Amino acid sequence: MWKDILIAAGVVALMGCFFGLLLYLTSRFFAVRRDERTENLRATLPGVNCGACGYTGCDQYAQALATGAAKTNLCIPGGSDTAKRIAELLGVKAERVEPMVAVVHCNGTCEVTENRAAYAGDNSCRAASLVYGGSVGSCTFGCLGYGDCAAACPVNAICLDNGVARVDRRVCIACGACVTTCPKGIITLIPTKALPANLCSNREIGAKVRKECKNGCIACRKCEKICPTQAITVSDDLAVIDYGKCISCGKCVEVCPVHCIHAVGQGAGE
Amino acid sequence: MDTLRSLIIILMSSVLVNNYVLNRFLGICPFLGVSRKLSSATGMGVAVTFVMLVATLVTWPIQYFVLNTLGLGYLQTIVFILVIAALVQFIEILLKRFIPSLHAGLGVYLPLITTNCAVLGVTINNITDGYTFLESVVSSLGCGLGFLLAMVLFSGVRARIDNSDAPPAFRGMPVTLIAASIVSMAFFGFAGIVDALFA
Repeated sequence: MWKDILIAAGVVALMGCFFGLLLYLTSRFFAVRRDERTENLRATLPGVNCGACGYTGCDQYAQALATGAAKTNLCIPGGSDTAKRIAELLGVKAERVEPMVAVVHCNGTCEVTENRAAYAGDNSCRAASLVYGGSVGSCTFGCLGYGDCAAACPVNAICLDNGVARVDRRVCIACGACVTTCPKGIITLIPTKALPANLCSNREIGAKVRKECKNGCIACRKCEKICPTQAITVSDDLAVIDYGKCISCGKCVEVCPVHCIHAVGQGAGE
Repeated sequence: MDTLRSLIIILMSSVLVNNYVLNRFLGICPFLGVSRKLSSATGMGVAVTFVMLVATLVTWPIQYFVLNTLGLGYLQTIVFILVIAALVQFIEILLKRFIPSLHAGLGVYLPLITTNCAVLGVTINNITDGYTFLESVVSSLGCGLGFLLAMVLFSGVRARIDNSDAPPAFRGMPVTLIAASIVSMAFFGFAGIVDALFA
């Protein structure tokens, strides 16, 4: 009986040793030698694979960096810190990264807008934007509130609050996934340090806007007149802020009669 | 001619009648886990087919030339697990080195199949059914194709489930399991068809 047990155990042990040795030898001789620099570059990247750099993911961006085909400041979630570390690894001068954050240009919550019809279709903005002139709500420019952007967000920074999508600025990595997803095109990236943002996208004349949404931009041009650096222009009946000129003085926020220009950021002191 | 006919019967019956997922209920884990998207379902199916084939190529000789000659037939399960696990690792290393594009496609799924019960089931059933080497290879090819077919079909079913409005109590896994059982019942309808086709 002992002989049988020993033979069985011996055969299995022998096979185990054989396969173990085989795996050791193959991993020894056929191992893929990966570029150490690419590995290090990949380690400095955040690893969210958001695609803001224009490459499919962090792995591809690291490869492009190693071959010198990509600029060092493309990683927006990583910000200047990552750009600095990448530049150190590659031995080149760091390029500046402007920290950005996504903003939903709509403040048409459930209280201030009305529904023109009851929508019972597919629960997505893309589908809802195809019916009834783009929106069943009274405003045809604003947020539809079905959360396509929230689904697209890789870090869950967007939530729906009272019928309007809201971006959590502390979580947002400015990858731009929501910007391309939004069928209404009302999400943009603005510099994190900038103070004001026009939370309205309605391009109709003032009287019509008042009927559609109580929080809408009526294009009164008060902000345009008070802005010391001419950063605000009203075009197509909508105030647009040029963040290249904006000094975050906050005068437009104070003067706006419908409070559609909000102080979303901390201003220059941040 | 007779061998060719019996091979075709084995192939057809292992794809349709004795489908490993839908009739023998082996490999349910990847069937439910990876079937959410068509692309990943296809990838998993191809990887399983590949591993089943290679595993049979190795385990059949081991059974007949090593275990049977030593009178150790009862060690079949443990030895097969060992062999298949080592083999999958071995193939993964080689693929990574020599065919990186294929590794990028199959790479995620290969470690998942290391000790998949469908793969083990195919190799053991080939022995218990008394198949010759050629028959075993054809049978495991058929089983792999059957698995691929089940995965592709079910990924379509799941796409429909995701878009439908199931009662709250059934949402998620319950309705998926019910759908799986219905697809499985459809496959039970193939019983007897293959024999009648080639009679």
